Amino acid sequence: MSSRDVTKADVVRMLVIGAVASAAGIAIGLSINWFPTAAATQAGPIDTFFDIMIFLSVPVFVLVTTIVLFAVIRFRVRPGEEDLDGPPVHGNTRIEIVWTAIPAIVLSLLCVYAATVLSDIDAAKADQLKITTYAQQFAWSYEYTGTDGKKFMTDQMFVPCRPTTAKQDEGAPCDGRQLSLDIKAVDVIHSFWIPEMRMKQDAVPGITTHTKINPNRIGTYPVVCAELCGVGHSAMRSTIHVVTPAQYTAWLKLNSKAKTG
Amino acid sequence: MPVALRQPGWYRALATSLLGVAFCLGLTTLIRSLMGWDPLIEWSAIATVSMIGVPFFFLAGLGAFDYWFYWMSGRPTRAEDHSTHGAHSWRDYFKVNTDHKVIGVQYVCTTFIFMFIGGLMAMLIRAELAAPGSQFVDGQDYNSLFSVHASLLIFLFIVPVFAGLANYVLPLMIGAPDMAFPRLNALSFWLLPIAGTLMVSSFLMPGGAFASGWTAYAPLSTSQPLGQLCFTLGVQFAGASSIATALNFLVTIITMRAPGMSFWRMPLLVWANFATSLLVVIATPFIAASQFFVLLDRTLGFHFFDTAIGAGREGNVIMYQHVFWFYSHPAVYIMMLPGFGIVSEIVSVKSRKPIFGYRMMAFSLLAIVLLGFTVWAHHMFVSGMQDWIRVPMMVTTAIIAVPTGIKIFSWLATLWRGVLHLDTPMLFSLGFLTMFTLGGISGVMLAMVPFDIHVSDTYFIVAHIHYVLFGGSLFTIFAGVYYWFPKMTGRMYNEKLGKIHFWATFVFFNLTFGPMHVVGIQGMPRRVADYAAQYSELNLAISVASFMLGISTLVFLYNMVNSWRNGPKAEANPYKALTLEWQVSSPPPIFNFDNIPTVVGGPYEYGVPGAVHGIFDKPSPQPAAAVASSSHEPA
Repeated sequence: MSSRDVTKADVVRMLVIGAVASAAGIAIGLSINWFPTAAATQAGPIDTFFDIMIFLSVPVFVLVTTIVLFAVIRFRVRPGEEDLDGPPVHGNTRIEIVWTAIPAIVLSLLCVYAATVLSDIDAAKADQLKITTYAQQFAWSYEYTGTDGKKFMTDQMFVPCRPTTAKQDEGAPCDGRQLSLDIKAVDVIHSFWIPEMRMKQDAVPGITTHTKINPNRIGTYPVVCAELCGVGHSAMRSTIHVVTPAQYTAWLKLNSKAKTG
Repeated sequence: MPVALRQPGWYRALATSLLGVAFCLGLTTLIRSLMGWDPLIEWSAIATVSMIGVPFFFLAGLGAFDYWFYWMSGRPTRAEDHSTHGAHSWRDYFKVNTDHKVIGVQYVCTTFIFMFIGGLMAMLIRAELAAPGSQFVDGQDYNSLFSVHASLLIFLFIVPVFAGLANYVLPLMIGAPDMAFPRLNALSFWLLPIAGTLMVSSFLMPGGAFASGWTAYAPLSTSQPLGQLCFTLGVQFAGASSIATALNFLVTIITMRAPGMSFWRMPLLVWANFATSLLVVIATPFIAASQFFVLLDRTLGFHFFDTAIGAGREGNVIMYQHVFWFYSHPAVYIMMLPGFGIVSEIVSVKSRKPIFGYRMMAFSLLAIVLLGFTVWAHHMFVSGMQDWIRVPMMVTTAIIAVPTGIKIFSWLATLWRGVLHLDTPMLFSLGFLTMFTLGGISGVMLAMVPFDIHVSDTYFIVAHIHYVLFGGSLFTIFAGVYYWFPKMTGRMYNEKLGKIHFWATFVFFNLTFGPMHVVGIQGMPRRVADYAAQYSELNLAISVASFMLGISTLVFLYNMVNSWRNGPKAEANPYKALTLEWQVSSPPPIFNFDNIPTVVGGPYEYGVPGAVHGIFDKPSPQPAAAVASSSHEPA
């Protein structure tokens, strides 16, 4: 029986191993390059939120795994123990309350944090650029208001963003108008997603859906359809060009003339 | 008429099926001529009506309704006739049989056939995804492959295989001679091959198999070729089977427990199936409704999901998702709670300890049932539904992790200071404990709205669902199949092959589905036949691992087939378990118990000196050999 007794030294050893494994797991978890380049302010709080979840999750997994492995090593049946039974422990109210209460508290706090992140990324800014996005099998198109006040359609999305440093080209940090997207579907459900900007919104036939994005990095990024929409689903891609205000104005003028002239 | 055509069986089923086709053809053509529709012979209409009608003709021919027809026709009562009860040769497994043990074996074998078909499709999917670009299949075929893969594995494997295992062991565990409604039980089983045949045969339809995913979101599903109906109707048959079995379990558990088997003395597998059956009975009608909407839209021009602008059609596309997920989220628990039951049995027996916190284990099952109905819209955070509902659904989803956590911690506490017998069922149970924890963690992450906005409909979802349904459900299914294999077949499985199977599955499962978390967050959407080059290395690694995972199941298949044929004879109680199914011979007598036991204590009293769960009338139980030899005779 002695091999089944758990000493204080065993518990300390498990705690140390668990702490080291958790630290290693968190380090690995945080070092993995999970997210694509961040190109909108929404990416900041979402990516940080994910890091927090890694920080909380790894110890939970380590806890379960450590206990399973310790049990397998220490409590496995040994020769001569084939007819042995374990101690008839039926439960322990105190520990059951603890492992009900602690997860409930942690999860509630996580929800509060998530709700603040959500209101953060959903916050409306005063200066908005309104674009209507149309999804159809298997293409995206965007409706802009031209310099002459008339609407025109394009299959490329251009948005202005003022560089905040001297750098003006690809990768330059920038600050600009909030994109306020009205999203419509012509045929079946699609989903508007820019992985670099983290935001996603289904396009639903019959209704108009909305999302808000604050681009903050000059560059071009793919617009992806994330909802299965038929045979051409995996090819339903478009591009968003985040450009300087001067480039945007030039593009807008060119299109206003080309499309309406 | 030849005898073969008068007796219930496959010849008569073939004849009635042909009759059914003729009937459906005639009915469709008659209605079309009365309505004056052109053309008169419309094959897709005939196929639709046949898919609904012919299965009933087939079931009637096979004999699923014979007894009921006999009574309905007001014929004189006839004495108990057990000619369709129990299996005397392998042929009896291909007939309508009322023995829950035969039906259990029928269920498990049939569902595993569909698992192998669905698994093969997964191999084709991974072959296509091994490199970017298009290699083997075009877009529509690719969409069909993952749609049929998911539909088979969910509706024809995980949901019914649990019903099959429970069918076999649950009546034995509560000391009942059979299920409450044996004929309904037989009918429930025979609905499954129909559903599965419909889904698999959809590849033969003009336009290919259904290709709108297992979720079949409208209006994509209402605008697909004929193969879509194989899903729409296949789900109806599988769902009807599921509901009938759940009712059967509920009535059996409530009314047929042996004397002394109070609810608080029931094994947790019985509790788990009680909870699952509640979920099935309440939730499954919702998926039936969602598929009827699709059927009506597609075939009869209804406008549930038709929003044609300017035509005055006020279809509501999001409504489909609400109705669908009101079933399909509880369905996740339908696919997990029975596995919880299996793991509870195995962890207790193999640790030689009582299950820790038995009552909390039962209450947490009921808590999951209740909470399971309050979380469905977490599948719809980016769907365009009203914004305010997202946070409440996030909170309920997070809270459902609490009863699940209670279960995980209670299993760990059961292991603590036990005497662990690390054979194959136990290894799969411990594998389940760790892998399901990962699936639970990614589930909590997905519940968090801001993170879900980014990863919704990506490979992160694919990773999560496989950690839950493979690392969770399938691990418990393997555990349960190994654990009760001696009871069901009367033979022992090969332990060495079992362990090889476990370790291969455990390693390659993680190598297959682990990296999917990364590609998902990096930006690869799910359900795509082609992807950007930046994801190619990880996808190749995933594909290679998945092929190894596929091969590992062949070890299982060989072990099962070979052990069933040549394995050493199993004792009545090889694990020295206390629950009642182990107190009878392997396999059990035709009516389970020569004497109905009386239950005098809890089911998991390992280590309690002198503890007994059930006692049998006779002072000394019959030797196993004597029971075995009389097992095929009516009691």
